[in-house]
Parts: sequence; structure tokens; C-alpha cells
Amino acid sequence: MWKRYGKRYSNMALITCRDASFAYEGNTVVEGLNFTVESGDYLCIIGENGSGKSTIIKGLLRLKTPQTGSIVAGDGLKPSEIGYLPQQTVVQKDFPASAYEVVLSGRLGARGILPFYSRADKAIAEENIRRLDIVDLRNKCYRELSGGQQQRVLLARALCATKKLLLLDEPVAGLDPLVTQELYRLIEDINRQMGITIIMVSHDVRTAVKYASHILHLKNTQAFFGRTEDYVSSGVGISFLNCGCADGRHAE
Amino acid sequence: MINALVEMFSYAFIVRAVIVGLLVSLCAALLGVSLVLKRYSMIGDGLSHVGFGTLAVATALNIAPLSISIPATVLAAFLLLRISENSKIKGDAAIALISTGALAIGIMVISFTTGMNTDVYSYMFGSILAMSTSDVTLSVALAVVVLVLFIFFYNKLFGVIFDENFAKATGVKTFLYNMLIAILTAITIVLGMRMIGALLISSLILFPALTSMRICKKFKSVTICAACVSLASFFIGIVVSYSYATPAGASVVIVNIAAFALFWLINSLKRRT
Repeated sequence: MWKRYGKRYSNMALITCRDASFAYEGNTVVEGLNFTVESGDYLCIIGENGSGKSTIIKGLLRLKTPQTGSIVAGDGLKPSEIGYLPQQTVVQKDFPASAYEVVLSGRLGARGILPFYSRADKAIAEENIRRLDIVDLRNKCYRELSGGQQQRVLLARALCATKKLLLLDEPVAGLDPLVTQELYRLIEDINRQMGITIIMVSHDVRTAVKYASHILHLKNTQAFFGRTEDYVSSGVGISFLNCGCADGRHAE
Repeated sequence: MINALVEMFSYAFIVRAVIVGLLVSLCAALLGVSLVLKRYSMIGDGLSHVGFGTLAVATALNIAPLSISIPATVLAAFLLLRISENSKIKGDAAIALISTGALAIGIMVISFTTGMNTDVYSYMFGSILAMSTSDVTLSVALAVVVLVLFIFFYNKLFGVIFDENFAKATGVKTFLYNMLIAILTAITIVLGMRMIGALLISSLILFPALTSMRICKKFKSVTICAACVSLASFFIGIVVSYSYATPAGASVVIVNIAAFALFWLINSLKRRT
């Protein structure tokens, strides 16, 4: 039997992507994807707008099937065990729901066909509310929270859905610098202390190299995949870090 | 007052109308919360036009109206969702297409057969006399089905409405639940349409949800409050309709508007203090 966490025990990567490409209505958006994610990794997917970052997230979530190649989950990872922090939608901005209701809805996938939440589901929700330090927001209305508070609530919901893998799509978009730093630190803690694998899409390359263990750089094809140390000394990395500061900073 | 109520309920047709009306109001309010939050408000309106068209066809063919209206409206709901999910025609345009199309077909069929008579008039603006005993039985049964399904899938519906992508990613069959909302809405609309009127029924879906959203901050309280507002509005509306001999549908909608204005006022006063 494999242990749940820690790559030492597993005989297969958490996610293996082989020669995958994605297309919308016949137009290939991104191709030549070859990378693996091991348990406990912190992978940052970076690239300019339109380089295929969000498409990969959809592929990993199985919301979109690859046109060629494959994405295989290993290490006993089931699709319902992926936590996801999506970009906010218009619908959510004025949604009348308490923070608690939102966090608890992270347990939906685990419920299957069963209609009501169990005591265990509620306990998991409470645990994540405490972990993300949003106890005072518990009964507040989601739409009245600040951007940073909303992200914490959504992060708690994502943690309710997973013990293994968290996918984050531009988690700091629209947040002020201070809240951004806090959120990055929180994500780092989740990775280090809970042993949860992180895959994050970002266009802030400087923060990416600061926190991530691995980098996947996209330019509609795979420009770089490997350890962060190797990335910062690679050709792609150096040029993106130097001119990419404009890309990273201006976008915020 | 009590005497007036007792007198009112001594009429069998009023009792039938109140039973069906309360159940339909309850279903409409519950589904309305989902539809409004999912930005599907226009689907309710579109489906009521489809319902009108099918009722006209049923009258022309001289068959029980519900037996043709319900399947046809459910089918229209399915098509509307399918179209708005995949195709290049955007959702709102698709609704306009299907609803006006169905309306046109209905009017054509009517003009070839009976002509614009009282029946047709009562479909458009509603009639309290429309409910027969067999309608009541069917309406009660269907309303119970709608309520049970809604309660059973309440948590799933919340997840799907709040964040469809997240729900899908964690393995919830979102299309199924969208379908469920649309089908239940279609049934509710057809049931309520003949009493409230095809042109007015969608307000029964929208108003209670929007009213309770003025004040309530949680999904659960919004849902419960919408249900209470809807039931109260219907009851007051039907009493007004009986007392002053006004059309039932329009009376109920007017009470709903008053409730909306009241909640809106309370909220803006609350904000100021």
C-alpha cells in the first residue's frame, strides 16, 4: 500500500502529463506538455496572458479533455479529491451566502449522491475555518467581505475538498500587496505543514520563483519545466525575470 | 373579516385555487432563488410563453391541457439549457427565439380553431375558475415532487449555483442539476400559469427571491424568507381578489410588488442608521 503523503512511498507521480495539447474549436492553444507533479511539490505555472495557463488548469480538473496526449492521475488521486480555487465570477460578487455555507460546500464532491452533510463534513469545515483564521467571518455574508477575506473563504472551501492537491488560478488577482503577501504565506504553510501539493497559475514570476519548488513556463508550448533553481539560471528564466518584471508588476 | 374568510372558503373553486396556488407559490419561490442567482431569470419568462403556446394547441386538439403542456415545456427547458451551454446563439437570444416562436404558433393554432375566446384570455391573464378537481390532484402531486426534489438536492443546488466550475471539478454532475432546476421550473410554470396567467407567472418566480435578497444574507435564510413572502403574498392577493372582484393573478403580483417595496424600504432604512 502507498502512503497518502510523501513521495518516498508512492510508485507513481501524482500527475503525469504526456505530450498533451489542448484546443478550442480546432485551434490549438497549448501543446507539447510534458511534466510530472509529485506529492508535496509546489508547482507554479507562469506565462503571459493567452499562453494557455488557465487551459491547463481546466485540463487538470478534467473540465477539458486533451486533444492529444494524456494527463494521468497517480498515487491514488481521485478527481473528487482535488481542491480548486477558481477566479471569482460575476455571480459570486453579489451572492447572498454566509462564509460558512460557502466553506461547507467544499464537501459536496465527497458527498456523492447523498443529499445532506454529515457531522464529519461539518467538522472538516470547522477545522478549515479555524485553520484559515476566518472564525469571525463565519456568519458574515460572503458578498460583504473584502477581496482578501473572500479568497480565504474560498481557500477554506478548497481545503474541504482535498487532502492531496490544491489548484489555484491566479489567487492574488485584484488583491492589495499586503494581503497578497499574506495569502502567499498561507499557501506556503498549506504546502509545508499539511503536505498538500500545490499547482498555482500566476503571472507574477518573482513571487513564483520565491515560493515554488517547480516552474512550468508556457508560451503556448512548454518553454520550461523543472526545478526553480534550474529555472532562474536558464535562458527562459533569466530573460523572463529581467523583462518579465514589467509583466508581473504591471498586471497587479 | 373572519366572516368574509369563512364565506370565501365555502366556495369549492376558491379552496381548490388556494390549495394549488399556495403550492405553486412555494415551488416558484424556492426555484426562483436559484434562477435569479444563476442569471436564468429570463428562462422563467420564456417557458411561460412556451406554456401558453402548448395550452393553445391542447385546447385546439381538445385534450387535457396539462398532459401536453408539461412534456412540451420540459422539452423547451431542456433545449434552452442545451443551447445556452454550447451553441453560438447566446442564452438570452435563444430564450427570446423559443418563447416568441411558441407564442406565434399558439396564436396561429388558436386563430385557426376557436378564435380569441375567453379560454385564451384566461390563459394569458389567469383565471381563478381554471382549476378542476383532477387538476388539483395532479397539481398537488407534482408540487410535492418539486418540493421533495428541491429539499433533497438543496445542498447540491447551492454548490452548482454558487460556483459551477468548482462543483464540476469536485465531481458534481452540474449539467444534471441545471437540468433539474429547468425541469422543475417548467412544471411549476405550467401548473401556475392558468390561475396566475401566462404573462404574469414569471413574476411569481422572480419577486419573492428578489424581495428576500433585500434583507437576508444567507442562502438558507434567503430561501426560507422567499418561501414565506411568496405564500403570504399569494394568500393576501387571493383574498383581495375575492373581496374586490379583481383578477387573481394581477392581485397576487401587486401584493408581491408591495412586499418588494416594503423590504427594499426596510433595507435602505437599516443602511442609513
